[in-house]
Amino acid sequence: MRTGNGIAPPYDPEVTTGAAVEIDDVEVRFRTRKQDVTALREVSLRVEPGEFVAIVGASGCGKSTLLKLVSGLLSPSSGRVRLHGQDVRGPRRDIGYVFQRAALLEWRTARRNILLQAEMRRMPKEGARERADELMAMTGLTGFEDAYPHELSGGMQQRVALCRALLHQPPVLLMDEPFGALDALTREQMNVELRRIWRETGTTVLLVTHSIAEAVYLADRVIVMTPRPGTVAEIIPVALPAERKYGETMAEPEFARATGRIRDLLGAAPGAE
Amino acid sequence: MVSRSSTRRLQPPGAQAASGVTARNRPGPAERLAAATARTWRPVAVLAALFVIWWAVTAAGLIKPYLVPSPARTLDAVLSQSAYFAHNTWITTYETVLGFAIAIVVGVLAAVVMVYSPTVEKSLYPLLLFAQVIPKIAIAPLFVVWLGFGLSPKIVVAVLMAFFPIVISAVTGLKTIDPEMLQLSSTMGAGTGQTFWKIRFPASLPHLFSGLKVAATMAVTGAVVGEFVGANEGLGYVILQANGNLDTPVLFAGLLIMSLLGVVLFALVELLENFVLPWHASRRRTDIATTSL
Repeated sequence: MRTGNGIAPPYDPEVTTGAAVEIDDVEVRFRTRKQDVTALREVSLRVEPGEFVAIVGASGCGKSTLLKLVSGLLSPSSGRVRLHGQDVRGPRRDIGYVFQRAALLEWRTARRNILLQAEMRRMPKEGARERADELMAMTGLTGFEDAYPHELSGGMQQRVALCRALLHQPPVLLMDEPFGALDALTREQMNVELRRIWRETGTTVLLVTHSIAEAVYLADRVIVMTPRPGTVAEIIPVALPAERKYGETMAEPEFARATGRIRDLLGAAPGAE
Repeated sequence: MVSRSSTRRLQPPGAQAASGVTARNRPGPAERLAAATARTWRPVAVLAALFVIWWAVTAAGLIKPYLVPSPARTLDAVLSQSAYFAHNTWITTYETVLGFAIAIVVGVLAAVVMVYSPTVEKSLYPLLLFAQVIPKIAIAPLFVVWLGFGLSPKIVVAVLMAFFPIVISAVTGLKTIDPEMLQLSSTMGAGTGQTFWKIRFPASLPHLFSGLKVAATMAVTGAVVGEFVGANEGLGYVILQANGNLDTPVLFAGLLIMSLLGVVLFALVELLENFVLPWHASRRRTDIATTSL
């Protein structure tokens, strides 16, 4: 298990035998006023502890729905979702969630936004504060502890949201297009940082993204989904070294192979099936 | 006006030098005083100009003194009967503030219940609207019949006037919460109470305060309407008496004190808002600064 920065292992190995996330033949149907919509169909997936898995697909293919299933914010119409071998029924506390919008409370400073997690969970104050300081140092927020969200740039806000999601050392981190609203340059910086943070914390990550490059640079495996009703088109293993320098990784033949394959799948997807 | 540099946008420490944007410290007391002066001198100037016009018109004899008394005679009316005015101002202030306070408590509670129970909302909303569209001056006599000539009918009318904007703004405020924030809260294992006190309620405050500011002025109107219908003290009573005696200086004085009461109450609510919501106020101020430059 990877640990670093003096941060404790993120999960108890006694409880977490086997897969971190298991999705078994899941279907999700939504009922709107006019029609029934099948968002996901025949989705099966297994994510190992400590793995970084990216999910890519066209808009509306149910990528975000997949994360909501894992977090228990949504129940499947049929099929099973398990987190660390336990069936997911109702919202799970043992996850961290990052949305596209930082969703920060504007009346709280960066530090107090991060500590919201601790307050809600009634974690011991002293420890939570130390942990928050560690995370802020790790994500480059030092010096901005007392800044309010409107005083922070988009990238900085998203760092705060990431710290908040990591405060309670969740074994699984769910990220729903976390960098989608950032400019390209900030996004690349955030990718490098996320990769480093993941290596330091050893958390299992499920990342939904629109960016193929982001998916391949960050993930161990990339799940490519078909348009609605969403299902897994193919799972692409990324055989890049663990140590990934941004520019060098992008220049690797394996990077070109993986991104090329994903592009083919997404481009060919509408007619396929 | 407030300088453009009040629009702060912080950068990671390393980027500061490169981008030329530096973190600015929060404004000190002197800076805040300067900003407050910059904000308030215009309305004060307009008000002063109005007084000058009033004085000029009466001094030049353009209007007969028994129709519009001069500022000096109006002031004299107050000073010569200062105890009378003090007592009646106190009565109206008491009714207004008590009515306003009751309206806040009842209004916010009603809003919370309505937001958490759609059934209650659906059943209560039409009733609320009904209560609002009834002209208060028309039902005020009924309260006098029910509650007598004491202060209570005036307080009830003040509550009724102030209640509606408070409920509406509180409901809107409590509903404007980002759904993702609520989802986040449930993944944090937060209970309904925690979510309410830490997320929903603080998020609703900017809306609530705009409702409170409207309600503050309505409460004054409510108290005076109550006094018009049947009272032997209060500013409404003073005005009615002066009207009957064609004593325009006292009438003008009563009107001015009444308006002042509304303005003071409004200003107090705004002061409280700046104190409770510095995050919101500071942001609004930068908006003003960037649009007015």
